[in-house]
Amino acid sequence: MSVELQGIVRRFGATAALEGVSLNVREGEFVALLGPSGSGKTTLLRVLAGLEGTDAGVVRVAGRDLTGVPARERGIGMVFQNYALFRHMTVFDNIAFGLRVRKHRPHHAEIATRVRRLLELVQVPELEARYPEQCSGGQRQRVALARALAIEPRLLLLDEPFSALDALVRKDVRRWLRGLHDGLGITSVLVTHDQEEAMELADRIAVMERGRIVQFDTAEALLRAPATPFVAGFVGEAARLPCTVRGGVAHFDPLPLAPLRAALPDGAATAFVRPHDILARAGGAAMVRLVRQEGGGAARLVVQAGEVVLDATVAPGESLSRGEPCRLTLRGGHVFSTTGGCVQAQPLAAAMAS
Amino acid sequence: MSGAFRPANQDSPLLRGLLLAAAVLVALVMLVLPLAAVLAEALRRGLGVALAAIAEPDTLAAIRLTMLVAALTVPLNLVGGVAAAWCIAKHQFPGRRLLVTLIELPFAVSPVIAGMVFVLMFGAQGWFGPWLQARDIQVVFALPGLVLATMFVTFPFVARTVLPLMQEQGKDEEEAAATLGASGLQTFLRVTLPNVKWALLAGVLLCNARAMGEFGAVSVVSGHIRGETNTMPLHVEILYNEYQFAGAFAVAALLALLGLVTLAAKTLLERLAGREMGGRA
Repeated sequence: MSVELQGIVRRFGATAALEGVSLNVREGEFVALLGPSGSGKTTLLRVLAGLEGTDAGVVRVAGRDLTGVPARERGIGMVFQNYALFRHMTVFDNIAFGLRVRKHRPHHAEIATRVRRLLELVQVPELEARYPEQCSGGQRQRVALARALAIEPRLLLLDEPFSALDALVRKDVRRWLRGLHDGLGITSVLVTHDQEEAMELADRIAVMERGRIVQFDTAEALLRAPATPFVAGFVGEAARLPCTVRGGVAHFDPLPLAPLRAALPDGAATAFVRPHDILARAGGAAMVRLVRQEGGGAARLVVQAGEVVLDATVAPGESLSRGEPCRLTLRGGHVFSTTGGCVQAQPLAAAMAS
Repeated sequence: MSGAFRPANQDSPLLRGLLLAAAVLVALVMLVLPLAAVLAEALRRGLGVALAAIAEPDTLAAIRLTMLVAALTVPLNLVGGVAAAWCIAKHQFPGRRLLVTLIELPFAVSPVIAGMVFVLMFGAQGWFGPWLQARDIQVVFALPGLVLATMFVTFPFVARTVLPLMQEQGKDEEEAAATLGASGLQTFLRVTLPNVKWALLAGVLLCNARAMGEFGAVSVVSGHIRGETNTMPLHVEILYNEYQFAGAFAVAALLALLGLVTLAAKTLLERLAGREMGGRA
C-alpha cells in the first residue's frame, strides 16, 4: 500500500514534535525513518498508526484519507519497541487476538490454522503454549511480528524492533525480516536510530532532524550527496572539521591537514570527511593514538591532529603503530559553507591534474 | 582467621535474632493477643451462651444489615475504583493529579467527619433534606446513608491497589490492542482488566473487610435503631455499654472471624497468583 503524508504537524504543548512532514512511500517499499532521539521519528510512526493525532496535515494510505480514522479501523500492523505482548495470554492467544476481536470473527478452527501458519512463518512453532515471560527477546520479537501480521496488514510499522536484541542476533534477524518483507509483498516503515540497520534494511531512508525530514533518498545517495551538514554528519560516521574557504580552496589550519579544493564563496565552512578518505602516512605533525586491525582491509587508526581526534585509514603500503607520528591527507569530503552552499571537495593535486 | 565466611549483606546471628524476637513480640502483643482475648472472652461462658447471644433477633438483624451494606458497597466501589484507576493510569487530562489526591482523601479524613458530611447534606435540616422529605426518601438513619458513608470510607481500597499496577503496566498493550482492531470495550475487558485481576481481587477483599468493620462514619448516619439501622460494630458497642458482655464479645468475635476469613482468602489468592506467575517464569 502506498503511503502519502502531507504537511504533518504535531505539537506537544509548546514544542513541535513534527513540523510539516511530507513523505511518499511507494507500494511494496521498505522505508526507514532514521534520526537521533527526539527527532520525531517515533511520533511520525504513531501518527501513521493512528495512535497519535495531528494538528495539521493529511495522512493517505492507498489513496484513502486516514486523518481522524482511529487506529483500530486502519488495519495497519505495528510492532512496538518493547513488543507490548499481552502478558496474561499465551503466544497463541496473542497472535489470535486480532482475529478474535473482529466483528465477523472467524471460526475457531480457522483461527487456529492461521495462528499456526503465522508461527511457522516466523519460525517459532514450538512457542505456541508459552507466555511472553517465558520467551527470549528474539522470540518475543517474532511473536510480536506474527501478531501484527495476523490482521493481514498491507502496511507494517516497526518501532525500533531490534533495540532489545543483542548484537549477534540482530544481524540475522535483520536479514530474515527483509526476506519476509519481500516474500509478503507488503509495505514497511521502520523507525531506527541505527544507520547501519537503516542502510541494510531499507530501500530508501528518510533522515529526520528536529521534527522534519531533511533528506529522503537511497543509502547510496545519502552518502554520495548529503543535503545538509546534519545528514553529512549523521550518516556514514564522518568527522566534522571546521575550515576556511579562500579562493576556492578549503584550509584547515591550524589543523595539520592538507587543503581541499572546494568551489564555494570565501568564508567559514564545515567539512565532513569519512575515515576511509583520511589517509595516514609515516612522519608528520599528527600522532597515532590507536590502531584497530580490520579483517581484510587497511588498518583503521585513531589519530590526534592538533586539537581534534579523528578516525583515519592507513595509506596503502604504509605501516603505522601506536605512538608514531604521521601526516594526514584527505581524499575528499563534503564541504558546507555557512551561507548554505555545498560541494564535494577534491584534493588539490587531483583537481589540478584533471 | 576464625569463623565461617559471612556474606557482606548478612548481619551477625545475634543481631538477626534480636530483631526477629522484637518483631515477633510486637506482632504477638499488638495483633495476636487482642484477637485471642476477644475469642477467649466470647467463649468464656461456653459456646452455647455465645451462640445464644448471636441468635438474638437484634443481633441477627445487625449481621444481616452488615452483610447487606457490604454487598452493596463493595460492587459500587469496585466499579468506581477501577474507573478512577483506569482514568488516572491510562489517560491524560486536566485535574488528573487532583483526582489522585482525592482518592486518598478518605484515608486522611476522620470517618466521623465523613458521616457528619452526609448528615449535613441529606439530614432533615440538611441541604437536600426538604427535597428528600417531600418525596419521602430516607437517606440518613436508613440503609442509603449507611451505604454512602461506608462507600466513602472504603473507596480508596480498590483504586489504591489497582492504580500502581496499571501505572506500571503503561498503555503499550492497550495501544497494541487498538492497532489489532479491538474496540475500547474489548481492550478493557480482554487486556486491561485481566492484567490487574489479582490486585483487583485483593483490593475487593480489603474493601469488604473494612466495609463490614466500619464504625465511625456509620455511627453518625445510623441513628442506632436496634434491629433496623444497627450494623455489627455498632451493635457490639451498644451491647458493651449495656454491660451485656457475653453478647458483645460473641458478636465481636464473629466480626473478627469475618475479617480473618477475608484475610485468609486474600492470602490464598496471592499464593494462587504467585503460582501462576511462578509457572510462567
